[in-house]
Amino acid sequence: MINAAVVFDKVSKSYPMYHHITGGIKNLIFHLPQGIRSIKRTRYEVFHELSFEIKKGETFGIIGRNGVGKSTILGLIAGVLRQSQGTIVVNGRISPLLELGAGFHPDLSGRENIILNGVLMGLTREEIFKRVNDIIMFSGLDQFIDQPVRVYSSGMLTRLGFSVVAHLEPEILLIDEILAVGDIDFQKKCLERMAEFKKNNVTIIFVSHSMLNVERICDRVMWMESCTQKMIGSTNIVVKAYKEHE
Amino acid sequence: MDSKLKRKLQYYFDLILVLTQKELKVRYKNSVLGYLWSVAHPLAFALVFFIAFKVVVKIQIEDYALFLIAGLFPWQWFANSVNASPMILLGNASIIKKVGFPRYFIILTQVIQDMIHFLLAIPVIILFLFLYHKTPYLSWLYGIPVLLTAQFFIIYGICLIVASTNLFFRDLERLTILSTMLLFYFTPVFFDEAMIPRQYQNFLYLNPLSLLIVNWRMLFLSGKINALYLLGSYSYAGFIFLIGYMVYRKLSWKFAEVL
Repeated sequence: MINAAVVFDKVSKSYPMYHHITGGIKNLIFHLPQGIRSIKRTRYEVFHELSFEIKKGETFGIIGRNGVGKSTILGLIAGVLRQSQGTIVVNGRISPLLELGAGFHPDLSGRENIILNGVLMGLTREEIFKRVNDIIMFSGLDQFIDQPVRVYSSGMLTRLGFSVVAHLEPEILLIDEILAVGDIDFQKKCLERMAEFKKNNVTIIFVSHSMLNVERICDRVMWMESCTQKMIGSTNIVVKAYKEHE
Repeated sequence: MDSKLKRKLQYYFDLILVLTQKELKVRYKNSVLGYLWSVAHPLAFALVFFIAFKVVVKIQIEDYALFLIAGLFPWQWFANSVNASPMILLGNASIIKKVGFPRYFIILTQVIQDMIHFLLAIPVIILFLFLYHKTPYLSWLYGIPVLLTAQFFIIYGICLIVASTNLFFRDLERLTILSTMLLFYFTPVFFDEAMIPRQYQNFLYLNPLSLLIVNWRMLFLSGKINALYLLGSYSYAGFIFLIGYMVYRKLSWKFAEVL
């Protein structure tokens, strides 16, 4: 337990289904108990009694089709969602890598957004000011840093977002399929930075559809299928099975 | 342990500061008149009411322009915050879905931001005092913070309730705008509370805002505060804030699911 960064113990997560009353109001009123029960009961279970463990310093990939709960797992780890059942233990400070420009305000400049983003991720202003120059350097956007981010291209937004997270000194880094946007040069930079994180014993949880990237950086991979995990193990074995299956 | 707590407090302070700065910057970044808008808006309302009630209806109140803005400015703070509250969480959906910071800070920021606009509009009240050959009172020094605090918690409580509930019950957005508009006519902003017929006077106490507005106006125009009304305002503030906090606590973990 001590050297585990994230532990899921029999975790279930379900979402309520949105309802349209079928059969009309009259029907509902005449069969009120059943009606209420059916509304209460119809929840969509993303996964059931899911258990796994992510060790400290490990790079852990999660793969699978759309809608099997990969992002839900990240949401649960980040603490923005709550499980329906089971226990989740998280040891360490979490830094989520936001999708394109989320958390940025389009009217603020890049520099102002760095501060905004840093504070939202849990840093004090002083801690951010110390890092601002490094962040700008890393992003390679010094020319545009005082422009409002609404004029940025999507690639530039990704650069800025990753640069902020890269300098947060995270303990657990959550990455949800975003590296695909930057140009090759920046992707290389990101992968280098992630290798550096690995060296510094940062736990990285990586959700992706790009088997190439998964193979390149992950130590272990979990393959999710509807409602449960299909396979969990070292990268090459799971990815190979996944590729054959698809 | 002590330094950990200190960092945490520093962090919360910075979070509020940065979020408020952001709102203010965004609000004024693309407008030419900037700050003037936060004054022009309530003043325009005051002008409309002045024409309607002084010029047309010929209401029997002395120094009516001054009387109006002394109640209208604090009212605007309330109305602006509450009317904005249904959209606050929706507008920040992308962060709420990903980052686990305490969400009530977003709502808090909205209230603080409108409070700042109210404070910035106080010089206008002073200007009007001079126009009517009066001067500001020393008692403002304690009077303003005392009323400010009560109003802050009333507004914050209501905003917590509206913002959280609106995610699950989107009708609230329209309902809120309607309610604040209706409430305005039940609050002694453009009329004097003494003008309410005797048999309805007690209804005044049911409206948390009227006690506050009456006090604000007394403070601005004569430098006094009604202690009984103040007590009433603080009771409302405590009660409403408590309910707001409980509603928020009950619903906040579901925010990311429904956004």
